[in-house]
Amino acid sequence: MMEGKEKLLIIGNGMAPGRMLEYLIAEDSNRYSIEIFNAEPRVNYNRLMLSPVLTGEKKYTDIITHDDHWYEQNNIKLHKATPIASIDTSVKTITTSKGETHEYSKLVIATGSVPFVIPVPGADLSGVMVYRDLDDVDNMIKAASGGGRAVVIGGGLLGLEAAAGLHEQGMSVTVVHLADTLMEKQLDSAAGFLLKESMSEKGIDIITGANTQQIVGSETVSAVVLEDGRQIDCELVVMAVGIKPSAGLAKDAGLDVHRGIVVDDTLLTSEKDVYALGECVEHNSVVYGLVAPLYEMAKVLASQLLQQPGQYTGSTTSAKLKVSGVDLFSAGDFLDNDRREEIVLRDAKEGIYKRLVIEGDKLCGIVLYGDTADSAWYFDLLRRGETITEFRDTLIFGQAYQGAGLVDPSAAVAALPDDAEICGCNGICKSSIVESITTHKLSTLDEVRSHTKASSSCGTCTGLVEQLMSLTLGDTYQPSAITPMCGCTGLGHDDVRRLIRTHSLQTIPAVMQTLEWSSSCGCAKCRPALNYYLVCEWPEHYKDDYQSRFINERVHANIQKDGTFSVVPRMWGGMTSADELRAIADVVDKFNVPAVKVTGGQRIDLLGIEKEQLPEVWKDLGKVGFVSGHAYAKGLRTVKTCVGDTWCRFGTQDSTGLGIRLEKTLWGSWTPAKVKLAVSGCPRNCAEATCKDIGVICVDSGYDLHFAGAAGLDIKGTEVLGHVSSEDEVVSHIAALLQMYREQGHYLERIYKWARRVGVDVVKQQIMDDESNRNQLMARFFASQKVAQVDPWEQRGKGLHAYEFAPLKATKLQVVA
Amino acid sequence: MKKQHWVRVAQLADIPVRGARRLKYQGTTIALFRTVDNTVYAIGDQCPHKGGPLSQGIVHDNCVTCPLHNWVISLETGEAQGADEGQVSVYLVKIEEDTVLIDVSNHVEPEPAGIQSIPVSIS
Ligand code: SRM
Ligand SMILES: Cc1cc2nc3c(=O)[nH]c(=O)nc-3n(C[C@H](O)[C@H](O)[C@H](O)COP(=O)(O)OP(=O)(O)OC[C@H]3O[C@@H](n4cnc5c(N)ncnc54)[C@H](O)[C@@H]3O)c2cc1C
Ligand code: SF4
Ligand code: FES
Repeated sequence: MMEGKEKLLIIGNGMAPGRMLEYLIAEDSNRYSIEIFNAEPRVNYNRLMLSPVLTGEKKYTDIITHDDHWYEQNNIKLHKATPIASIDTSVKTITTSKGETHEYSKLVIATGSVPFVIPVPGADLSGVMVYRDLDDVDNMIKAASGGGRAVVIGGGLLGLEAAAGLHEQGMSVTVVHLADTLMEKQLDSAAGFLLKESMSEKGIDIITGANTQQIVGSETVSAVVLEDGRQIDCELVVMAVGIKPSAGLAKDAGLDVHRGIVVDDTLLTSEKDVYALGECVEHNSVVYGLVAPLYEMAKVLASQLLQQPGQYTGSTTSAKLKVSGVDLFSAGDFLDNDRREEIVLRDAKEGIYKRLVIEGDKLCGIVLYGDTADSAWYFDLLRRGETITEFRDTLIFGQAYQGAGLVDPSAAVAALPDDAEICGCNGICKSSIVESITTHKLSTLDEVRSHTKASSSCGTCTGLVEQLMSLTLGDTYQPSAITPMCGCTGLGHDDVRRLIRTHSLQTIPAVMQTLEWSSSCGCAKCRPALNYYLVCEWPEHYKDDYQSRFINERVHANIQKDGTFSVVPRMWGGMTSADELRAIADVVDKFNVPAVKVTGGQRIDLLGIEKEQLPEVWKDLGKVGFVSGHAYAKGLRTVKTCVGDTWCRFGTQDSTGLGIRLEKTLWGSWTPAKVKLAVSGCPRNCAEATCKDIGVICVDSGYDLHFAGAAGLDIKGTEVLGHVSSEDEVVSHIAALLQMYREQGHYLERIYKWARRVGVDVVKQQIMDDESNRNQLMARFFASQKVAQVDPWEQRGKGLHAYEFAPLKATKLQVVA
Repeated sequence: MKKQHWVRVAQLADIPVRGARRLKYQGTTIALFRTVDNTVYAIGDQCPHKGGPLSQGIVHDNCVTCPLHNWVISLETGEAQGADEGQVSVYLVKIEEDTVLIDVSNHVEPEPAGIQSIPVSIS
């Protein structure tokens, strides 16, 4: 070592100090005598490229950034496999784990960060790994050599790259992710959804909203168990849930450490002559986990060490995922707030989603999926804070875009395959409509109806048929104006429902992407509607979107004007018993229920109950067999009955029994709006069946079926559906009617309005005259009942969604100046 | 500047995404919301219209729709949106290591610095 030179020691030999040394040496290679200490037993390499090493695209030697020769040439002494154990700032020395002490005049701490390991039981089993350095990659490749199954915990950048790599190595891989969407820190939920689709297409299983409870195995890992009880068998677990700055060494030395080692704009720590650099640093309360900001720091630190000007003022970061076939980019801050506006472009066919967030006249957030060609341009606009007012209208189309252009609202229809069914009633597919239009030179909707039968039955496909006409005939055809569902789309309810079916769309984000929604996550109008349409279409596997439901349906009680709730248990057909009444009386006493009322629907309402008390109230009511009366639901409400032939001198049939049977058969499934029934024992009609959504009037020869009555905002007598002679037929016809309404009704449209729209005669014909259609409708209804007939009160009495009701306690108060 | 008064109220995971929790604090109820992009907001739980419990509404973008008569309230400013007029109080929120804190300085007299226990419940 040359005498007189200042001594620069560096702890950690990662990417940040590698870059810093390059700057330093390029300026002045003689100023310092430099020694660098690294825990890893090797030279410096490009950590980002570990993912290509894991997939097998690259070897370790390909990713070395500074080899032994480089250190020699630049007179830098590299101590490999030499972790530093302590720093003593009072005498300006550092000590290695072997006890050797070195003096410094300037010290740089660049210890990077360490993977965070979630402290679940089994986290220490063999076969549980992290993803940080070359040794981890070597271990993973070794573990993958026999194929087998792997679980990656964490669906962020690192986790997904690990998953893709292990998949490439021949393992079957499941990613378990806590949040509802992948990479939620970098992507909004719409892009997260597309990413999930792409990963699944590759053959990687993704489970979101999944909390890992434990890892099981005797010596080595054998499965991951989730909080909901699911168990995923595997031989390898990779934890990639996040990183934390390695700041322990600095903290022990008495430096100011918060989340990371705190530095000022010159990268100086709280201690004289001690700098920090890279992922271990916290600057202005920010800790970075990507390499670009570290390179900016590296440049500033090199200047500082050379006593040149230069300040680090923080960085704007952007993220990309290095998984082949997946193009995504995100940068800046894309959270919503009042000062911000968003521009969204979706191209369903190409799987493209772009969202730009604008604040004032500047771009402040970017999310691109599927097409990232303009990422550099956008990022540049963002970083430079350029005013975008002048080209705001065309900004979303990218740098190369010239001229105006709007997203075509009929794109979703154009994209349908030829054999997609357009008219469900008559089984007519897209190509036969288009062919008819061209061969018969059809130009009006009526002509198309008479030639193809499409749109001639229930009429719910009219919008789609019209769109096909304008696609085929061009501007000469002007489709009738459709009222869009809401401000987020140009499509009407019918079109959305049919497209959900023909495109087989199974989640709210899938609908929004494929049908090119113009907002990123919908609004309070479309979300509940879409949720219902999906529940109805895919009863067995659609996962209800809790947060898209109105409060009453979320907590299974009716909210009151003062924020309390009312509870209406089911009183089947209006019948009750001493036991039931006693249970109600006990609940009223025990919970001090302020009001008890007989409702207009032949039941008893307990009003004014605090939200916290609901599960307990339900538990007590459940003890005598009470279940939810769904007084809050878009679903079956009450079935009113009269006493019927059991008691009444005019009664012709067992109207009470039939009412109870109908109620027990029909409760559960969601419907577009609420549904109320009544069964009267004779035409005197004491149960008021002729103003209900569905009514039955018993007569000597059997049962008159009624529907489409109203006695609320509108008053309207029912229409006659038809006559049947047995109770069984009453049930089958009503189940079919209800299903037809479920499949065609617009969200919030009561039965009488739906019947007016599609035609009372169409309904009659399809239910009364078309037996096979009736049987199919009925079968679909009962398929959905299979999963829907679960008493929500019982579930909540047992603890489901307890957080919704139960108070949390005891937190501390902190006063900050 | 007025002293800030931070209360630890929940873990981030306690508040469902696009959902809300209630916090009963010194006689009033504060509503905590978590939006789709994981931002947490805290505002008074009483709708400026007729006092409806905003915590029970549907959360969309950075707004909540009141469950009683559908007023839309900005979670950021507490202001009613569209043609409706009115405002609820907003509280500063910060998240430290997944712990959610809110500034309740409008509720309490400034206290000497330090940490003390105050019973707070959220449901
Ligand atoms: C409790 C009850 C009044 C009573 O004390 O008797 C009642 C109470 C409410 N009705 Fe009703 N309706 C009640 C029977 C009726 C009836 C009569 C019936 O069911 O035989 C009607 C006329 C028939 C009908 O449904 O059309 C009725 C027509 C309405 C309407 C108008 C619906 C329409 O489309 O025209 C609404 C508003 C709505 O649903 O949008 C409504 C809405 C409401 C709501 C849920 C208002 C709300 O959204 O908060 C009320 C809840 C009060 C509460 O906090 O519990 N209520 N409501 C009755 C409960 C019956 C039950 O046992 O479930
Ligand atoms: C698999 C993977 C893929 C990534 N992909 C990307 C990407 O695509 N884009 C991107 O921007 N970023 C990516 N990153 C992040 C990027 O690699 C880091 O931001 C960057 O490497 C951090 O540099 P650093 O110098 O601060 O720390 P590191 O590179 O972590 O270096 C720290 C070094 O210090 C050593 N050390 C720690 N403590 C001591 C001690 N007491 N004594 C001696 N030595 C010690 C460590 O062993 C380590 O070698 C990726 C990271 C990984 C793991
Ligand atoms: S009639 Fe009006 S006030 Fe009475 S319960 Fe029905 S909705 Fe409420
Ligand atoms: S109380 Fe909120 S809208 Fe009426």
